[in-house]
Amino acid sequence: MLENIPFWPVRASTTANNVDAVFIFLLVVSALMTMSIFTMVIYFAVRYRRRAGRPAEQIAGSHALEITWSIIPFCVFMVFFGWGAIIYFQERTPPQNAAEVYVVAKQWMWKAEHMEGQREINQLHVPVGRDVKVIMTSQDVIHSFFVPAFRIKQDVLPGRYTVAWFHATKPGTYHLFCAEYCGTLHSGMIGWVVVMEPKDYEAWMGGGGNQPLAVTGEKLFTELGCVTCHRSDTQGRGPNLVGVYGKPVMLEDGRTLTADENYIRESIVDPGAKIVKGFKPVMPTFQGQISDDQLNALVAYVKSLGQPQSSQTAGKNMAAATP
Amino acid sequence: MHNSSVATANIEAHDNPALLHHFATAEQQKDAANLGMWLFLVTEVMFFGGMFCAYLVYRYKYFGDFGSASQQLSIKLGAINTGVLICSSLTVVLAVRAAQLGKRTVLVFWLLATIVLGLVFLGIKADEYAEKFEKHHVPGPSFHYHELLPGQAGLPSTDRRYANPSHAEMYFSLYFAMTGMHALHMIIGVGLFSFLTYFAWRGKYSPDYYTPIENAGLYWHFVDIVWIYLFPLLYLIDRHR
Amino acid sequence: MATAVIETGERETYLNREYGIKSWLLTVDHKRIALLYLIGVTFFFFVGGFFALLVRLELLTPAGDLVQADTYNKLFTMHGQVMVFFFLIPVIPAVLGNFLIPIMIGAKDLAFPRINLLSWYLYVIGGCLMAYTILAGGVDTGWTFYTPLSTEFLKTNVITAALAVFVSGFSSIFTGLNFIVTIHRMRAPGMTWNRLPLFVWAHYATSIIQVLGTPVVAIAIVLVALERLFHLGIFNPALGGDPLLFQHLFWFYSHPAVYIMILPGMGIVSEIVCCFSRKRVFGYQAMAMAVLGIAVVGFLVWAHHMFVAGISLYAALIFSLLSYFVAVPSAIKVFNWTATMYKGSITYQTPMIYAFGFIGLFTIGGLTGLFLACLGVDVHVTDTYFVVAHFHYIMVGGTIMAYMGGMHFWWPKISGKLYPEFWGKLSAMIVFIGFNLTFFPQFILGYMGMPRRYWDYSKAPEYQILNVLSTAGASVLAVGYLMPMIYFLWSMRYGKPAPDNPWNAAGLEWMIPSPPSTFNFDEQPVVTWEAYNYDEIKGEVPVAQ
Repeated sequence: MLENIPFWPVRASTTANNVDAVFIFLLVVSALMTMSIFTMVIYFAVRYRRRAGRPAEQIAGSHALEITWSIIPFCVFMVFFGWGAIIYFQERTPPQNAAEVYVVAKQWMWKAEHMEGQREINQLHVPVGRDVKVIMTSQDVIHSFFVPAFRIKQDVLPGRYTVAWFHATKPGTYHLFCAEYCGTLHSGMIGWVVVMEPKDYEAWMGGGGNQPLAVTGEKLFTELGCVTCHRSDTQGRGPNLVGVYGKPVMLEDGRTLTADENYIRESIVDPGAKIVKGFKPVMPTFQGQISDDQLNALVAYVKSLGQPQSSQTAGKNMAAATP
Repeated sequence: MHNSSVATANIEAHDNPALLHHFATAEQQKDAANLGMWLFLVTEVMFFGGMFCAYLVYRYKYFGDFGSASQQLSIKLGAINTGVLICSSLTVVLAVRAAQLGKRTVLVFWLLATIVLGLVFLGIKADEYAEKFEKHHVPGPSFHYHELLPGQAGLPSTDRRYANPSHAEMYFSLYFAMTGMHALHMIIGVGLFSFLTYFAWRGKYSPDYYTPIENAGLYWHFVDIVWIYLFPLLYLIDRHR
Repeated sequence: MATAVIETGERETYLNREYGIKSWLLTVDHKRIALLYLIGVTFFFFVGGFFALLVRLELLTPAGDLVQADTYNKLFTMHGQVMVFFFLIPVIPAVLGNFLIPIMIGAKDLAFPRINLLSWYLYVIGGCLMAYTILAGGVDTGWTFYTPLSTEFLKTNVITAALAVFVSGFSSIFTGLNFIVTIHRMRAPGMTWNRLPLFVWAHYATSIIQVLGTPVVAIAIVLVALERLFHLGIFNPALGGDPLLFQHLFWFYSHPAVYIMILPGMGIVSEIVCCFSRKRVFGYQAMAMAVLGIAVVGFLVWAHHMFVAGISLYAALIFSLLSYFVAVPSAIKVFNWTATMYKGSITYQTPMIYAFGFIGLFTIGGLTGLFLACLGVDVHVTDTYFVVAHFHYIMVGGTIMAYMGGMHFWWPKISGKLYPEFWGKLSAMIVFIGFNLTFFPQFILGYMGMPRRYWDYSKAPEYQILNVLSTAGASVLAVGYLMPMIYFLWSMRYGKPAPDNPWNAAGLEWMIPSPPSTFNFDEQPVVTWEAYNYDEIKGEVPVAQ
């Protein structure tokens, strides 16, 4: 129905449906409010225009009215808040088995790398009907990953990962915009998200023998010497990384945190920041020695360690059967 | 037109040369000046507050590295400076008292003493800055830092950890920004007091009119208090290790 | 009332007391300083407006074909910086506030006249730095100066722009400080807090924000400049810094700043609505408490500008909730103005037309703020034209309408002349139409997904039609703003002389001559009446102008 309203943006994700619903609710309430105020102002302006013999009536105020028209709007606002908060909570909590794509933003292009190894520039191919999580970082300034058709947006920061997710519902080609001003060609940093039927997606994915991201990571893990300390068979000088992703880690200063992508990334570029309990702080930093793409591959590899074999390379990629 | 009247009121005779034309009484003028200075100090709190906020964020994040960098500062000089400033707040109070009692020479003396102490503070600060410059601890292209983290000295040399130079540079950036801003306020204070000393010597202040002394004193106390926060936060962290 | 005369036998006024450029540049008279500010803000309004026109012209076509990308980025940056820091923040407080506050409370001047002059010089110095920045090639950081773009990646005049903002910030701080002390200490006998005009209450709340908030952006800007000069890493992740720290420090001021921009306008609207309805305001206490409430709660919502910036989920929830709290007092004010009109005796002179415009447009702008406070919606519309439309509704549809209304209301008092009423009404309506045509399409553009700060949208030509409507509106709006410039200047020479109280309005400023004498009052007034004592004032608003 909404497709028939001129200028209404296309909806192509589950989030879009939720956001449009609360937006329409806001629109309706606001329109009612605007109409009421406009009507009253115009009506009073006409009804109470100056007339000979009828002076203005001095009315000091009314506590009852003040309280009423404070509380009622407040309650309405709380509905706006609650509804929006629920949607936001869902947007900020990617589903567990979402397929993953690593995105690196730089002035002025988007680079995407699928777990299967496909690389894309300014384009992102995804299958319809699947949860997709983008794990993003910037090589330079702050950018923002914005897909209007999905109603999602997330700033992309240098030096850390930020995450967004979506569940596409409609095949098609949709705008991808950079939404955080990033310099000269900010308006040129745009591309397309291409949502495909699953079989078309598999066809697209099948072309070209790309090396899966985690395998790239595994190779780097060996080349860079990580494997000498982070052994999977015995306890090396560094913690065993099998199964580390998503689990709690106890640090030497007593804190416990969950090993997420940002923790793994930080451990590579600033290993001294958080030392695992029981280990010595001897890991060298790789800051400046590896690119963001290589970092993504390493993170993807570490995440894949200890996961059930069947999904080691297939679980996080999108060609697997829809869950 | 209106039928409410605008009645007359007594306006104090302007036989007080210090009374400005737009004030009705000297007391109103003094109250206004005091409130103005307090408000100005509130803005200064917010101004320094931004830097304190940045410092606290990074102190929490880079605990060890900040501890290491902090140990590069001289506690001795910092403590002497703290003592100097506290004494200077005392001389300020004594100056205000002298003004209240109408003792011109005593007032000039205490104002000069405040200036001298302020200059001593600035001199010691300059010495500290010079030392930082020599050791290449000034942030920028020539920054170089290779020091241990706190508590590492006792460990065998293979196990010793060094502070992250970038994080140490962060500390020094904030150190120079905060103490530099403070020193700038000290310089302004010394300038202010110089003017006051001149006018005091010329006999401008009396028990009826010493508001500038009082307000400048408030300013000086504020600058002192900022240092009382800066000293422990910058010099005394992680010293137990 | 005023009996002093000057040599020619004319009544002494603040305008004819002394002539010569020195008497203006070294004045400590709050009324002359207000006019000095008027010249400055008007100049910068047209500079900023010119940049906006170029932006809108570029956006007529999807391709970037009018100016180069870097030029466009400079245009929107400088439009924002000039309009925010050199027009919107100072305009009402430094022009109308300076002129009227001492008179409204029965004082001869502000508490610190010389600091008032210093404020103006700081504004001018900041303005010169801004002019230098523009002439030296401009700056393209966006008015928000986000790091690390502004500290590490741009080669334009970032430091001079930062300095310009820094210096003008102190102008704002000193003005606020002056107003607070004046309102506390200089009220005439009988002028209790509960008898203050709401214009004064609004400026009091504004001044609190200016005093507490501005220093924080000052230090944020200083750190950006230092980082740029010395390659520090405070906001640079490559050196261990955090770009979000800058955003927090920046928005801690810049959100309350928008209340600096709107609260004085609300004060003006209260004065106008009461006068042209011939009624005391409905709910005086609520109105006064509302402006204070907005000022206080306005300090607690800044991170609603950062919902997608990478803050934690829980922080976002808290800031969204608080943002809804701050909306309540604004809503109360709209209801109270409407209720003030109820059973009034209303006439439609130009100031009232602007007040109507304000109420309508501020309502729309404020309601769209509710959209933005809603987390789910904000994720989609932040950094798009929806936000641009929202803040222009408040700042242009709100603040500038209120300012124009106030200028027309108090022009007879300030200049001693009447402006031509027909042209006043006509301009007001042209502004209203032009404004809505310019900015309403932008709400739609934003929801469709058109991002802000885009020089070229040729990959999304579906945005063109709404952009064309918006540009057309901008040209109408420009005409609407040029007209008052012309007829106000015309009236200074050819306008009819204004009586003391052309509107039969309540308030101390209407009990002294137009224009006022230098020291405002011959004798200090003693106030025995409530604010908006329209029950005591005989007569209606005169029709003939």
